Amino acid sequence: MFPKRGAIAIVLTALALVLLVSFKTPDDFGRLGNGRTAGIVAPGPSGAPGATAAPSAGDGGALGATGPTPRPSAGRPSAAPTAAAATGQVTGTVVETRFGPVQVRATFQNGRIMDVQAVQLPSDRARSAQISQYAEPYLRSEALQAQSAQIDIVSGATYTSEGYARSLQSAIDQAQHQ
Amino acid sequence: MSGVAADGVATRRFGGMRVEHIMGTAIGIDVRDPGVDLAAVDAAFEWFRDVDRRFSTYRADSEISRIGSGALDASAASEDVRAILALCDDLTRTTGGAFDATRHRADGSLDPSGVVKGWAVDEAARILEAAGGRNFTINAGGDVVARGTPDGSRGWRVGIRHPRIADRVAAVLEVSDRAVATSADYERPGHIRDPRRDGGPASGGKFDLLSMTVVGPSLTWADAYATAAFVMGEAGAAWVAERPGYGAIAITTDDRVIWTPEADALRA
Repeated sequence: MFPKRGAIAIVLTALALVLLVSFKTPDDFGRLGNGRTAGIVAPGPSGAPGATAAPSAGDGGALGATGPTPRPSAGRPSAAPTAAAATGQVTGTVVETRFGPVQVRATFQNGRIMDVQAVQLPSDRARSAQISQYAEPYLRSEALQAQSAQIDIVSGATYTSEGYARSLQSAIDQAQHQ
Repeated sequence: MSGVAADGVATRRFGGMRVEHIMGTAIGIDVRDPGVDLAAVDAAFEWFRDVDRRFSTYRADSEISRIGSGALDASAASEDVRAILALCDDLTRTTGGAFDATRHRADGSLDPSGVVKGWAVDEAARILEAAGGRNFTINAGGDVVARGTPDGSRGWRVGIRHPRIADRVAAVLEVSDRAVATSADYERPGHIRDPRRDGGPASGGKFDLLSMTVVGPSLTWADAYATAAFVMGEAGAAWVAERPGYGAIAITTDDRVIWTPEADALRA
């Protein structure tokens, strides 16, 4: 049930490019204070890289409603219409950049991008500067939650016993869904 | 989970999870080695109670409180207390003031809590190891030490709590013989102060980060680095990456998740 290869390629190339934009080089660190990078965004209906799609109603609300800070719309990817029927993993082509090759793998479910992983990043250069930063969308986090059946323990600022109990209970609940 | 062994040997053996409320938080010990003497687990919990008695800023008679009020000279404090205070001084220098035990609290009183918990857990891990424990976790209010393996087949999967949704995780690490500490103010808003700015948040109103998680070999340092790096904001992740053996996962207020290479290599 995969859409046309061409459409997928456009999506993944766009993702790779945006990933690269999000990838800070050591030189960028002096400007961290003002120039904020956006998260990975999916291409808009036109397929143009960088276009921001609105968060989908189903999962966007939970994050925004409980959060203390208004969330910028650019921080979150959503389904690319061009991949409307896709379910599965697709690896994008390698995009050569001045920093090195960049390649991403996206996981689609019913046309929505559930997860984006970097297959290749110019990490050697980054490592030399002891830092490889790249932005990730929370959508990936939610994909991880789906896998969280295998969590053994939770790290977090659970100073109060109530918070700790909630975290622990959730971990136990997730484990039981294995 | 524990009791007299089936072979009639009187030594009580421990295998399983136990949680107690000490040091103002919940401390959990999860031992997967079936043969660890229960006395070692008792000793580990007693150790935490002892640390609380000596280091708590909520107990007027603790050594830390008495040093803070001038009733006790730091040079006359117990060896552990002196070691922690030296560690705090060291950290204040290392972090360029982002960690400062004398300036984290609004009233300027001495508060080495940013390192005490991690250090106490590291020491408790040594107690369990001395009793033959090889595969266990200790979780003190979300700061974790994980040794060995939960089941012999893989590392411990440590979920990083989602900063906006308490019962979800935002990332998962798989670790063996590592410590994971998270600093954030979602649980107690306003309790973290930037010592470099008279205690105010780094960006004048709000911190840049929702949470800062540090993974590395020692919880003493992971805990301290997380505390310091949180107030540094995004630059804190790069700062942690420069500490050999330590990695960071920073979650920003605009919902980005930043991984350093060391942390990324441990991604589950």
